[in-house]
Amino acid sequence: MENYILWKEMLQERVDIGFWKEQYVYFYQAFIENDRWLQYLQGVGTTLLTTAFALILGVALGIIVASIRTAHDQQRPGHRNIFLGILNAVCKIYVTVIRGTPMMVQMLIMCYVIFSSSRSFTMIGALTLGINSGAYVAEIIRGGLMNLDAGQSEAGRSLGLGYVDTMAYIVIPQAFKAILPALGNEFIILLKDTSLIAMIGGKELLHAAQNIYGRTYEFMYPLIGIACMYLVMVMIFSWLQGKLERRLRQSER
Amino acid sequence: MNANALISVRDVKKYYNGGKVRALDGVSTDIQKGEVVVIIGPSGGGKSTLLRTLNLLEEPTEGRVIFDGVDITDPKTDIDLHRQKMGMVFQHFNLFPHMTILRNMTLAPMRVLKKSREEAEAKAMQLLERVGLADKAANYPKQLSGGQQQRVAIVRALAMDPEVMLFDEPTSALDPEMVGEVLEVMKQLAAEGMTMVVVTHEMGFAREVGSRVLFLAGGKLVEEGTPEKIFSSPESPRLQDFLSKVL
Repeated sequence: MENYILWKEMLQERVDIGFWKEQYVYFYQAFIENDRWLQYLQGVGTTLLTTAFALILGVALGIIVASIRTAHDQQRPGHRNIFLGILNAVCKIYVTVIRGTPMMVQMLIMCYVIFSSSRSFTMIGALTLGINSGAYVAEIIRGGLMNLDAGQSEAGRSLGLGYVDTMAYIVIPQAFKAILPALGNEFIILLKDTSLIAMIGGKELLHAAQNIYGRTYEFMYPLIGIACMYLVMVMIFSWLQGKLERRLRQSER
Repeated sequence: MNANALISVRDVKKYYNGGKVRALDGVSTDIQKGEVVVIIGPSGGGKSTLLRTLNLLEEPTEGRVIFDGVDITDPKTDIDLHRQKMGMVFQHFNLFPHMTILRNMTLAPMRVLKKSREEAEAKAMQLLERVGLADKAANYPKQLSGGQQQRVAIVRALAMDPEVMLFDEPTSALDPEMVGEVLEVMKQLAAEGMTMVVVTHEMGFAREVGSRVLFLAGGKLVEEGTPEKIFSSPESPRLQDFLSKVL
């Protein structure tokens, strides 16, 4: 502590204190001075909360959109339901618009156009991420449902099972297993994309780093620091995903 | 048209690409209770399509299919209700890979017929016993050979107590040494009086077990008759040509 104050002053007066002492000052400044590590910790908390919120919203939206689109595509000819047709069109527009525009632009539109009177930036950001993720998750789920061998649902239907039972007992459990890697990938992207929320003033992890280097004018430690934190979070997530995949595969040997 | 027919196929047509491809081009036939109808013909001739229209896995473009006196091609008909009475066996078995053999066999009886688990499992074990696979009840489909999987697929369909069994090339995906065990189960079934419609390339089976043979080519029912008539004195040149290649 005393060392730190001494060395810091020397540094400010442009005294050469040597490489390692210099690094020590920067590190101390970035993480320990004024209990700054607390800011990172809060940032990690917000990032995880935001990810969880966006994940739940994204998966919910994805399931709804994928269900509508798949049900629409699998109707028997001559049994077209107009209501389902309208819903399907809405879903298609949603997926096209979300996938066709940059995430950053969506975030700015949400913040400065749609919710321009709101100040809860983190919430707006999480909402944007969820809506964005929903479009991708929907396509992942739809792909999984469509890619499953048609013989599986034919076998179910030929046994007299209805559409809903066939989906619930036969198609979805198998499709879920098949799309898990793609879903995991999407979730990792989501976790990292929470950093975009900092651009509209949301208080997540990147925001904490920006706050700190804004005061210290030393960029390396805060930025490398949060990069490591993101990396650790993603690695923990991948590990959990791998565990789940192995467990699901066990039933098939 | 015979009023007592279990399944009556009336001028069924199935077109793809707005009529450019005619998989079925006006096929009519009646299937009586207890008959074993064998459908033969060149590939692409419409055999499987015809079989699949019988339980509406394939919706006919035109024509009607009447099962048990009910027009199942009518959009107002609850097709699930009729499919339970028509067992189907597929070329690629289509067992559910994420379920044990026992679960494969009890799912539909429990969900559709609302049987209790005990009742469904007792029936399933009894059927597995019959095809010599009771010891595989707790296994998953991938742990079984092709022939074993197909035997399970047959008893899975039988667990629903169907009135008719549809077989879509049940031995085509099997290694040659496993064809026999599956045909044996089918022969047993025929001997017990089960109504069967079988699409197959096994001419021996058609001759031995079939009560009637349909020859389908180019989406049309070219010739039909008893196995003796079809195999010994074929009339149409198309059938003669086909038989000269496969026999």
